[in-house]
Amino acid sequence: MLIKARINDEWREADVWPGASLLFFLRETLGLVGSKNACEQGECGSCSVWLDGELVCSCLVLAAQAHGHEVRTVEALATDDRLHPVQEAFIQTGAVQCGFCTPGLIVAVADLLEHDPRPSETIIREALAGNLCRCTGYAKIIDAVKIAAGRMQK
Amino acid sequence: MHVLLPRTLEEALEMKASAPPAVPIAGGTDLMVELNFDRTRPQAIMEISRLPELNVWRRENGTFSLGAGVPYSRIVRDLTEFRPLVEASRTVGSPQIRNRGTVGGNLGTSSPAGDALPVLAAYDAEVVLAKAGGKIRRLPFAQFMTGPKKNALAPDELILGTRWKVVRGPGSFSKIGTRNAMVIALASLCLVLDEDGRSVRVALGSVGPTILRAPDAESFAARAMETAGVWRDPFGPLPTRVIEEFGERVAAAAKPIDDVRGTAAYRRHACAVLAQRALRWALDDRKLTGAR
Repeated sequence: MLIKARINDEWREADVWPGASLLFFLRETLGLVGSKNACEQGECGSCSVWLDGELVCSCLVLAAQAHGHEVRTVEALATDDRLHPVQEAFIQTGAVQCGFCTPGLIVAVADLLEHDPRPSETIIREALAGNLCRCTGYAKIIDAVKIAAGRMQK
Repeated sequence: MHVLLPRTLEEALEMKASAPPAVPIAGGTDLMVELNFDRTRPQAIMEISRLPELNVWRRENGTFSLGAGVPYSRIVRDLTEFRPLVEASRTVGSPQIRNRGTVGGNLGTSSPAGDALPVLAAYDAEVVLAKAGGKIRRLPFAQFMTGPKKNALAPDELILGTRWKVVRGPGSFSKIGTRNAMVIALASLCLVLDEDGRSVRVALGSVGPTILRAPDAESFAARAMETAGVWRDPFGPLPTRVIEEFGERVAAAAKPIDDVRGTAAYRRHACAVLAQRALRWALDDRKLTGAR
């Protein structure tokens, strides 16, 4: 079926199998491979994107449910040569090891800081509970959130 | 496979009547997993996540109606007066899952581990079902959910929402699992005190084929509170033994099995612990609020 959605401020359309997920539509049809495909069951958060401004797992959204709607992906965060403050903070603290979970975490952190510019550590941990990282042990990721929060307030 | 995109509830119900095999999708947190893993290939899927009629709630004459399509994150943010429901909603998955998952989905899937379901059982909620031509059917929760992943929904019906009589009194939801997030309950419990009816209601999740109430434990606790004068005076002493026996009686109502998440014995033990904690919390809350 023909899906037309506004992806990162640009209307895109493509034909997909009606049972395809939004994640499949983004990666395999549109070539936006920033969102990662890992568990395909909403457990890992690697495919996190915004659908109409809400943080969602794109593997659990039917592509057809995004038809006519607004999707923002990790690709929208950096502008030209400038990284998003959350991306910079991840680099600074070494919150990236294998990097597979990173795009999903960056999106989830950016979403958190849009809603709560000064989150406590408890809030950070609850907000990132749906994003699994098997390398870092999360300590550097949480450091990165705090640094990004501080910079984004300035 | 094809996808149906109704714009109104009326359109959706007409499509349901003409093509009964259409499987509704809202948050997709259950159905998409089945699709992604090639476990199901329905002939048709009906997108209902944005039907305005399902995304509302309403209070009237002492009852509260919750639309099937309201996501858990909105319940947590906006329905704070229903503490057990908010507590249950906050334990659902992760922020990403709570932004999509709905009470209607918990009802449709009818898993004994559905987090909202013990709350609906303890609220004595009705499930509201609709079909084309404005035909509405209301079933008490216990008649709606008939077994693990089994319910009384007819092929031409959609779940409109759920409705309960608002009761005055404290309550809570608690759940046992291996993490505080992203966890399927090993055992869960909702306790509600009804100050006006002087009754105690307990419902258990993940420890039986359906959500189980514990009527024997409920009437035992209500009677013991009467005998001790606690309904009138929240500071009246309730013997510790009563709380222990309440836990034992709740555990006796469980019908747990051994499975990948835990053993039947552990689950039964968990029910007793959860029940005792929940009753203590409720009694403490009554002291703070003066049982108002």
